[in-house]
Amino acid sequence: MKDFFINHRHEILTLTAEHLWLVGTAMLLAIAIGIPLGIFLTRHPAWKNLVLRSNGVIQTVPVLALFGLLLPAPWLGARADRLAITALTLYALLPIIQNTFEGIAGVDAPVREAAIAMGLTGRQLLWQVELPLASNVIVAGIRVSTVLTVGLATIAAAIGAGGLGEFIFAAFPWWITT
Amino acid sequence: MLLGPSGSGKTTTLKLINNLLPASAGQVRVEGRALAEWDVIQLRRHIGYAIQEGGLFPHYTVWKNVALVPRLENWDAKRVAARVDEVMNMVGLPPGEFAQRYPAQISGGQRQRVGLARALAADPPILLMDEPFGALDPLTRSELQKEFKHLQQRLNKTVVFVTHDVSEALLLGDRIVVMDSGRIEGIYLPKEFLASPDAGVKPYVDAVRTTAQLLQS
Repeated sequence: MKDFFINHRHEILTLTAEHLWLVGTAMLLAIAIGIPLGIFLTRHPAWKNLVLRSNGVIQTVPVLALFGLLLPAPWLGARADRLAITALTLYALLPIIQNTFEGIAGVDAPVREAAIAMGLTGRQLLWQVELPLASNVIVAGIRVSTVLTVGLATIAAAIGAGGLGEFIFAAFPWWITT
Repeated sequence: MLLGPSGSGKTTTLKLINNLLPASAGQVRVEGRALAEWDVIQLRRHIGYAIQEGGLFPHYTVWKNVALVPRLENWDAKRVAARVDEVMNMVGLPPGEFAQRYPAQISGGQRQRVGLARALAADPPILLMDEPFGALDPLTRSELQKEFKHLQQRLNKTVVFVTHDVSEALLLGDRIVVMDSGRIEGIYLPKEFLASPDAGVKPYVDAVRTTAQLLQS
């Protein structure tokens, strides 16, 4: 085990960097899309079921199948890392959207009412009251999402997008041939 | 003083005044102007609002809670600081001791004082108060009622106050509006209220009398 780390240290570093790039980019995208979408849902609750359910459907698609589904897409299918990042982003979205929505919806009604009655504008209500009070829940969502994505990203190696999954796939033939 | 049982429309009436609820019929006028002529944000900053348990922002210190409306109105920092000190002293919370605490770190009665200080901070000519002393123990409540009565005499503001407590209405009110099932049953001076033979008023007066007699016997 120790020898493995010593002999493969360059490979480990490169693949870890790749892995971090895949996870980091997917998470940034998921946060950039998920939080505003979650906020949108608190303002337009009629969309809530549609968005959360369609996202739930994506979560049920196995990740390899999702790679396959996205492959024909024009710009995305051209490079393995684009494909992998898109798929990872889609998986990472749900906990972020959901927790943003729940966090804001969970702000005490009298606090929100007092804020409105004091004459806060919609934007002030969001930035000064709702987001700060929901931040714990939103951060928890991001954390769940990150853990999920770190694990899922290993499968990106199957389509040649690199990452630490390379080691997992490299091990298969060895087990099978001995 | 809006007085009436639960569900009689007291809180609804209050929320119609600062446009938290839209009027389904008729027109609400504030200072002679219909609500439609007001900018709703300006209207609300013109009206102080205090509710049961304060509705304080839990992530703001007492100081920031009280300073809320002045800061929204872009007062300069010195004026905000001076005003916060002034209203905190007014409601009996020495700023040195309380300014940096969070709502969760003070008692219910103190939160209520903060709620009142916040409502008074920008010196609005109108105050709306929705059972502000409702959730307090009887001793703290009567203490706050007395203090509020003194404040009211000094500050000379228009106060619309919701309560279901008859003695509170009698103690603090200049006029008592009796409500039931979303309608105004009558408007009385406290003296008229006590002497009124109206069916909507008598049960209240009888209830107060009964308590008073119990206390005397």
